[in-house]
Amino acid sequence: MNPAFQGLITIIIGVGGCIGYFYLSNQFLDKVLYPAKGPNAGRNINRANVVRPWLFLFPAIFALGLYLAYPVVETLRLSFTDRDLDGAFVGFANYQQMFSEPKFWEAMRNNMLWLIVVPAAATAFGLLAAQLTDRIKWGAVAKSLIFMPMAISFVGAAVIFKLVYDARPADQNQIGILNAVWMQFEGGFGSVIFLQILPAIILACFAGIVGYVGWIFVRPIAESRENGGGAGFVPLRLLVAVASLYLVYLSLNSIVGVFTGTLPYGEPQTWLTIPFWNSFFLMVVLIWIQTGFAMVILSAALRGIPEETIEAAIVDGANPLQVFFKIKVPQIMGTIVVVWTTITLVVLKVFDIVFAMSNGQWETQVLANYMYDKMFRASEWGVGSASAIIIMLLVSPILVWNVYNARKEMK
Amino acid sequence: MDNIAGSKSSLGWAVNISVVALVLLWIFPTVGLLVSSFRTTDQISTSGWWAALFPSEQSQRFRVADPDDNRVERDGVYVVEGNFFTENGGGGDIISWGTSSRDIAAYAPGETADMGDGESMSVDAEGNYVWSGNDEQISGRGQRAFVTAVSPPEFTLDNYDNILFSGGPGDNMAKAFFNTLTVTIPATIIPIVIAAFAAYALAWMDFPGRALLIAFVVGLLVVPLQLALIPLLSLHNDFANVLNGILGLEGADAISGKGYFGAWFAHIGFGLPLAIYLLRNYMVGLPRDIIENAKVDGATDFQIFTKIILPLSFPALASFAIFQFLWTWNDLLVAKVFLIDSTGQTTVMTDQIVNLLGTRGGNWEILATAAFVSIAVPLLVFFTMQKYLVRGLLAGSVK
Repeated sequence: MNPAFQGLITIIIGVGGCIGYFYLSNQFLDKVLYPAKGPNAGRNINRANVVRPWLFLFPAIFALGLYLAYPVVETLRLSFTDRDLDGAFVGFANYQQMFSEPKFWEAMRNNMLWLIVVPAAATAFGLLAAQLTDRIKWGAVAKSLIFMPMAISFVGAAVIFKLVYDARPADQNQIGILNAVWMQFEGGFGSVIFLQILPAIILACFAGIVGYVGWIFVRPIAESRENGGGAGFVPLRLLVAVASLYLVYLSLNSIVGVFTGTLPYGEPQTWLTIPFWNSFFLMVVLIWIQTGFAMVILSAALRGIPEETIEAAIVDGANPLQVFFKIKVPQIMGTIVVVWTTITLVVLKVFDIVFAMSNGQWETQVLANYMYDKMFRASEWGVGSASAIIIMLLVSPILVWNVYNARKEMK
Repeated sequence: MDNIAGSKSSLGWAVNISVVALVLLWIFPTVGLLVSSFRTTDQISTSGWWAALFPSEQSQRFRVADPDDNRVERDGVYVVEGNFFTENGGGGDIISWGTSSRDIAAYAPGETADMGDGESMSVDAEGNYVWSGNDEQISGRGQRAFVTAVSPPEFTLDNYDNILFSGGPGDNMAKAFFNTLTVTIPATIIPIVIAAFAAYALAWMDFPGRALLIAFVVGLLVVPLQLALIPLLSLHNDFANVLNGILGLEGADAISGKGYFGAWFAHIGFGLPLAIYLLRNYMVGLPRDIIENAKVDGATDFQIFTKIILPLSFPALASFAIFQFLWTWNDLLVAKVFLIDSTGQTTVMTDQIVNLLGTRGGNWEILATAAFVSIAVPLLVFFTMQKYLVRGLLAGSVK
């Protein structure tokens, strides 16, 4: 049977079946099981109303349970078993094997880098784009163009950026834009400005912002010590503080590296094979995709800020930078956190980009791709499940935080 | 904010320039792919795509047509006439030419090169040449000429023809395109129906455990689908085996655990939390009066849902439909795990592009075109229904 025809039939059966189920089960409830007439009409109506929500919910709960809840439990179980031994229980053997593999730690290290860099960069660019586009006439067009990569698949984006990173031998014309630009530098005055001073300034700004954000998170703890009150989410705040300290250290280190390192001028680079830095070239792809998302959300939040607060600040003589950092950013902090966590979730699951661009070679492995390798190439279901559980563990703080917020909101 | 006293309009130009720079930076990679998909193999491998937007200068080596066949005698001298471009392909306006590789720009078009002993040659801007000399000079192999020509930007649709219609089995994306469509449409429509009913129950019906269920859905929203791969694949395989046992199918006839049904169910399952969450958030915001009035008038829940809630929820339904469409269309992982079997008949576009990246790594005309074919539909959906996408994003993440 032709798959397209199959698809059509599936739509008809699926949609028709769902609607038919809802209609008929309601009819059955109202007419047969608890008819709203006769001596027990009142009691029957009440009973029907107790049952009805579950009729409406049943297909969804069934699908959610089978396709999301059950797999979590089953994966946990599989991570303690060995497929070669007919699924016998092996305790933590899979985890031990995984922890002893350098590829796993490489994936962990890269994932941590991704976790720090991508949400930070995408949120920062998104905030910048939102703030800038809100102030100009053709902002809607600009936004829509920056937002566009959201529609592009990770695989499509991988092809797009493989072309950007393409390298040709030195005696030929470069067809990748990055190498074409790179070949323009030959170590002269322009190279010093663009490849050493400019990156150093950007890194210094980055370190400053990250340090400031870390301070914002830590300050309530220090204040609460003095006041004797709780700051709330102390572990989370400390985590952010440690992460930002590490980032500051990393960027200061990089500034030193920028000035001490010697660059191979005049040689086309195969960007995706340079260890450590190639991960960043992969991250660029995801940042490119996610910035639009951050921009859209943050732009809406920025427009929701009461005008009076801004006007008051301007009347008091605040300059645009002060207005932005001291008036606007604090007011949309909640939204920034939401954007940040949402992008973090995307990062944790990132698979297609690495799979299509480097497939984890040249030290670019990430957890999701490591898991795919283990499950479907090496056929080691136990170790694969164990790494999936690691991803789940990394996700769970956000899961708890989201559930906590949702419950708080409903009360 | 321009009306606020003291705001600095002098920064306007700086903001405009920054936004232009940002936008250019953001669309540059995509434009590169789009331009590349309209260029020939030679063009792509000899110059960057940005060069295609401007007239290109190209130096080529030609040889005059074989004198033994083509020379004519005129007033005692032998002459070979012809046109480099019609004989060898290519085109453009010649800006300079030469007869020696040491000085390829020795002459301007229209000039005559004196090669000694009465042998001479001239080339005009259109590539017409005249090579003349005595019997001995105009024989053997044709005279070499080095020609530098400027050609206007040139684009071709051949790549699209190759990818969509005439290409070989590895390159042709037509099948994968329809496979992607086959996966996408049911996987987009069915979860909407299931989720809409559940969302209505969670939004407007009172029952014990409702808050817990909502929390459950919010929690499932972030469960990585990586966890679901192995358990569900074995589930699908077991189910296929049971079916084969019941229907008595064996060997080649047997139903495989991998296939469209598996992919559809997986996409439906993975899409449901977001669908329920988005729709519930939207339905909760609908005015209570309408629903209560309808109830007083004797409408059942089923009628309220189909006649009032569903039509009013159209924006939320559209938002989710776009999300799910983009997600299933662009998906690679679910297709690789649940759909694509060893026969390769059910490959989808993303998977085929990854394969092309492996086998055709250097053939950018094929890669670029293939990628653009797969990107085109989501981009179209994106630009026509952006309003709903933005609305859905705002409802789905900002609280």
